[in-house]
Amino acid sequence: MNKVYDNKAWLLILPMLALVAFSAIIPLMTVVNYSVQDVFDANTRFFTGTEWFVQMLNDPALQSALLRQFAFSLTVLCIEVPLGIGIALLMPKKGWQASAVLILVTLPLLIPWNVVGSIWQIFTRGDIGLMGWGLRELGYEYNITRSAVDAWGTIIIMDVWHWTPLIALLCYSGLRSIPEAYYQAARIDRASRWAVFRFIQLPKLTNVLVIGVLLRFMHSFMIYAEPFVLTGGGPGSSTTFLSQSLTTMAIGQQDLGPSAAFSLIYFLIILLVSWVFYTAIMNMQKDKEGGA
Amino acid sequence: MAEITLRQLAHSYLPSPSGPEDYAIREMDHVWHQGGAYALLGPSGCGKSTLLNIISGLLEPSSGEVLFDGERVNSLPPEQRNIAQVFQFPVVYDTMTVFDNLAFPLRNAGMSETQIREKVLEVADVLELTPQLKRKAKNLTADEKQKVSMGRGLVREDVSAILFDEPLTVIDPQLKWKLRRKLKEIHRRFNITMVYVTHDQLEASTFADKIAVMYEGQVVQFGTPRELYERPAHTFVGYFIGSPGMNLLDVSVKDDQVRCGEVVVPVAPKVRDIIARSSSDNIRLGIRPDFVEVFETAQEDSLAVEVVNAQDLGTYSILTLALGDVTLKARIDEDQATPKGKAYIRFPQARLGVYIDEYRVETDHE
Repeated sequence: MNKVYDNKAWLLILPMLALVAFSAIIPLMTVVNYSVQDVFDANTRFFTGTEWFVQMLNDPALQSALLRQFAFSLTVLCIEVPLGIGIALLMPKKGWQASAVLILVTLPLLIPWNVVGSIWQIFTRGDIGLMGWGLRELGYEYNITRSAVDAWGTIIIMDVWHWTPLIALLCYSGLRSIPEAYYQAARIDRASRWAVFRFIQLPKLTNVLVIGVLLRFMHSFMIYAEPFVLTGGGPGSSTTFLSQSLTTMAIGQQDLGPSAAFSLIYFLIILLVSWVFYTAIMNMQKDKEGGA
Repeated sequence: MAEITLRQLAHSYLPSPSGPEDYAIREMDHVWHQGGAYALLGPSGCGKSTLLNIISGLLEPSSGEVLFDGERVNSLPPEQRNIAQVFQFPVVYDTMTVFDNLAFPLRNAGMSETQIREKVLEVADVLELTPQLKRKAKNLTADEKQKVSMGRGLVREDVSAILFDEPLTVIDPQLKWKLRRKLKEIHRRFNITMVYVTHDQLEASTFADKIAVMYEGQVVQFGTPRELYERPAHTFVGYFIGSPGMNLLDVSVKDDQVRCGEVVVPVAPKVRDIIARSSSDNIRLGIRPDFVEVFETAQEDSLAVEVVNAQDLGTYSILTLALGDVTLKARIDEDQATPKGKAYIRFPQARLGVYIDEYRVETDHE
């Protein structure tokens, strides 16, 4: 039988290609375009090559913003993930209590970023805010506009309050899907409570936790509205994170070239960290070659 | 190592059961002797798994006692009962290697690593898991996982008993057979009490020395596979075991003769007396299809029947016969000619059972 090779079917992916072009490639290429040129007006531009990239990578303000950003993301992940797992383990499994707790836990997730910032802005005010006033009454000189420690602490508590429920919900659904037989087998094997968590619950939560950690990493790495509303990046630049630096540069100073280069670096960092994390977790589950 | 006694045991999943139908386990007494290989056979939903979970301690019975070597263990959790249980679907600890999985119960019991190693290697060898010992349990096939599940029960040589809850459901047929033999072998080698739950009579009779048949929350008969076949103690056993199941004829005594409908069934005088004395209106005669004698010509004490259908199954045929309004099955060997149209059957008295209110009544010639 003669087989006729005909690759016309490839044409069928054209609509998809067009869609992807509009949704991803064209916007991205705009940024790439700006990042390698110095554009003055519609007719005047100079090709700059990697100049903007080099400049951005060597900018001390951005470097410290990047470090702050990593410190922030790492801190919130370290708090939110264990806390979320803990909450999920404590949540009731059936009856009206389960539904009630589920709704209570979910509430913070439903509040828009700006509103969260405003809520906490008022909440932490020394004169009328419950938390700010309360801490002062207790004798602690709490002031997020003066003390970088207070500002940092407050932003972290705010993020934990806002986003731990996401991890808790993901873990809760993961825990619900573990068949009863696993717990029964563990009892038969005389496993301790810790062993049940370590060898049954945690492994079964791996998949939801990977999603949770990735989402929380990307989210927290791009955090903007909440600290912007709460502290405006201050005091000084102690809570100025990457996206705020970017906004200032792109909108405030209209430095399109550098901010385009910076955007790309930003994007690549998130992509790289997510990929490394995902690959590392997936590799952990494989058998070690040659035996261990 | 223990003898497991169930005394007046009953269990209901409802908080306040009213009638017998509310009970998953109806009041029963039973003893599993040390070192026996037992099967618990019954249809789905008859309470087999409930009974198993009560023995292992995953479930506390509503009433009655569970005794291990005469000691009441009702309120002891499974951790303290020292019992192993293998579930229908494989349970493995995903992130551990096969070795660690098998070692897990021993480590929890605080055994020394050298002893653990020895024990795990022995069990892995028996289950043919040695090549997989270093692999992560997550990446095994379903039957390898189930072998690991079983292995975790088998490594504990000091267990009171190992309970199997339909452990071969997920296993391929040919491997099933192999694993069943493996279990028998292990039973012989370690002399552990094993209780094997199944709804498959073949599985039960190949594994067990004695089978407990459960029906509607009760053990209706406990005996060897042969006893279950030849002398079912309950109509359900007659129907559930053997293929096709036992023939059961509704009978009554009229004019001093035992009749099935209008047909007079010749029975021994003893049997007739038993039936005549009974006040129940649920009296049946039971006989296995292979014990029904089929003739082409009339014999002494034979009954005329209509041959409705003959099914040739190679070495034997199954005849469907009409005796008045009642349908019977009979099994004849291939060397006997298959009768057509009319035939004559006879019930050997020794093979005929009398069932009053579903239970067998003992007659003399047994």
